[in-house]
Amino acid sequence: MIPTKEEWDKALEERHGKELQKAFASAAVAVCGLGGLGSNIAIALARAGIGRLILCDFDRVDITNLHRQQYRADQIGMYKTIALAENLKEIAPYISLEIHTERITEANAIILLKDADIICEAFDAAECKAMLTEAVLSEMPDKYFVAASGMAGMKTPNTIRTRKITTRFYLCGDGKSDAADGLGLVSSRVMICAAHQAHTVLRILARQFEI
Amino acid sequence: MVKVNGKELDIAGKTVAEYLASIDYDPKRIAIERNGEIVFKSQYAAVILKDGDSLEIVSFVGGG
Repeated sequence: MIPTKEEWDKALEERHGKELQKAFASAAVAVCGLGGLGSNIAIALARAGIGRLILCDFDRVDITNLHRQQYRADQIGMYKTIALAENLKEIAPYISLEIHTERITEANAIILLKDADIICEAFDAAECKAMLTEAVLSEMPDKYFVAASGMAGMKTPNTIRTRKITTRFYLCGDGKSDAADGLGLVSSRVMICAAHQAHTVLRILARQFEI
Repeated sequence: MVKVNGKELDIAGKTVAEYLASIDYDPKRIAIERNGEIVFKSQYAAVILKDGDSLEIVSFVGGG
């Protein structure tokens, strides 16, 4: 049986403390791209009790995604936004979700992401990562931006780290390991990078801004 | 001298666009931070690098 909203909030408050949980519950976080990074970021944030997630992806779940992305075999063919919303509601039934099943561009980013306090970049292509970085930091300078670069392959997990580039821009990853080289993306190393991004979001909400 | 990704370079007086044209970065895959602030693409041709500037070129690679 699913606990009541009151039971749910109380359990999170006991875990995180009242003040921190209030900060998590009142936050809106956007996740742009729902692949290996985005699906893992969203699950970590939902479990932590983030109040509202804005989920953006134009793509559908494919069999080649299942080795690293948080979808099930019976969700192949579904839009990732809808499949992830379904999975998140099973994990955190009282979370508020806003989904956008479309490609984020320079032209629509400001509209799609306007309600977010913090924006996570979780795209696959380097050009899209750079485009969103430019769009968010130039058009939405009041928002925090947490991006990722370099998490592919079987190298050591210990080179993946979080850096603070400006007061509002954090960057996670090893900065080098390109998915186009060698083995491509491996679930555990992608999860480490996603966990860096999710943890950075939680630390910003806890007002722990320094790395 | 201008510090670029930790290295001191003799490029003071050049614009960001001029410096980028002289090196091997794809402008579609980078973000540039200068003295704690982002230099936006529309500013590349106008921003002149000064002695003592610290520049970081963030190069994005694929994967997510």
